Amino acid sequence: MRAILARLLCAAAAVLSCAAAQAAEVSVAVAANFTAPMQKIAAVFERDTGHKARLAFGATGKFYAQIRNGAPFELFLSADDTTPAKLEEDGSAVAGSRFTYAIGKLVLWSAQAGVVDDQGEVLKRGAFAHLAVANPKTAPYGAAALEVLRKLGVAEALAPKLVTGENIAQTHQFVATGNAELGFVALSQVWAEGRLSGGSAWLVPAELHAPLRQDAVILAKGRDNPAARALVEYLRGAKAAAIIKSYGYGQ
Amino acid sequence: MPSAADFAAIRLTLELAAVTTAILLVVGTPLAWWLARTRSRLKGVIGAVVALPLVLPPTVIGFYLLVTMGPHGPIGQLTQALGIGLLPFSFAGLVVGSVFYSLPFVVQPLQQAFEAIGERPLEVAATLRAGALDTFFSVVLPLARPGFVTAAVLGFAHTVGEFGVVLMIGGNIPEKTRVVSVQIYDHVEALEYAQAHWLSAGMLAFSFLVLFLLHSRKSGGVR
Repeated sequence: MRAILARLLCAAAAVLSCAAAQAAEVSVAVAANFTAPMQKIAAVFERDTGHKARLAFGATGKFYAQIRNGAPFELFLSADDTTPAKLEEDGSAVAGSRFTYAIGKLVLWSAQAGVVDDQGEVLKRGAFAHLAVANPKTAPYGAAALEVLRKLGVAEALAPKLVTGENIAQTHQFVATGNAELGFVALSQVWAEGRLSGGSAWLVPAELHAPLRQDAVILAKGRDNPAARALVEYLRGAKAAAIIKSYGYGQ
Repeated sequence: MPSAADFAAIRLTLELAAVTTAILLVVGTPLAWWLARTRSRLKGVIGAVVALPLVLPPTVIGFYLLVTMGPHGPIGQLTQALGIGLLPFSFAGLVVGSVFYSLPFVVQPLQQAFEAIGERPLEVAATLRAGALDTFFSVVLPLARPGFVTAAVLGFAHTVGEFGVVLMIGGNIPEKTRVVSVQIYDHVEALEYAQAHWLSAGMLAFSFLVLFLLHSRKSGGVR
């Protein structure tokens, strides 16, 4: 009896140490617009695989500069498809590991009900003091927002009213605090459980800007990290897809 | 080479620092005088509030300013009632933020200068029947002059270096709220390292020069 118990304990210890050896940690740079879904995905990923994902959120352009300068990220979820491609060309990312994890949707949003109409006519009337956008130089959602303004022919008229957030999260903050009456944010920031979480919004038609194809890529530092590969697999799986869709992203 | 936008950012930064320093000297002098002389129990509380920006991350100051100066915040409702409109994303908003942010750098040197004067010169002035204002302008101000120089220089230099507060409440608007530190951040994010270097090296040289002059003046005074 005692021998069996000892053997069982041994086996349990072996399984545990085996799991411990396999569980790895992956450090991920995540575009700010994907903050909420990624937190959810990471929690499920950790529970399902035992791996741990350490997440950093920010502007895509900032991450690009940091990665080029040796930042210790192993996986990068960009807000566009050009930055991961550039990293791959530089040799900062693993060739062939690039894939589209989500297609972003741009929305003109106000924290107040009744400010933004569902055709975006409010932009042409211009009866507001501040329009918040993410920095077009570094945040793809900001670049897309400027493209929309140009297509609508209001870019010049509205230029003096633009306030620029460092990334899409700060842009959302400008609008959420009411300091900017409206602004271009990611649908995922104002969309939860299949509806607008508050205020008023215009979902910008996709033909008004280049598609916000959001690509992920394994970075050179994550080449041999099993957790990086596992997270990529997970992002492409059904569970992640359901979460991504619930935040209003296309796939 | 620095661009026109860089020069605009430099000019804006200098303007912000100058206006902020002027306001801080006017507001900070009576505050520092009160802190130096009072026996009130409030002294500890007010002193701590004045010193808060020394330990608070600028993003905390910026975040609360954004919320309180917004349309639903108390400052925002006041400025709207006064017909000024809202302060975030404006030069005036940056001035308010900078006054908070640089407050201890002006008040503390002044307070120390006032405390160093001690009771004696004031008592002498009183026996000569000098009024409170006369005493302040004829006795206190000349004696505290080095303190005023230190306070003005530190207040100015610290405002020039401001970043977190502006990032939170500024909105990065060219010629209105885009100061040098934000411009540098933009350059670095866009991998424009040459332009980032121009401005950064300028800031470094400026800061060093200011502190060097301040320190050499101080040690000269002791000797």
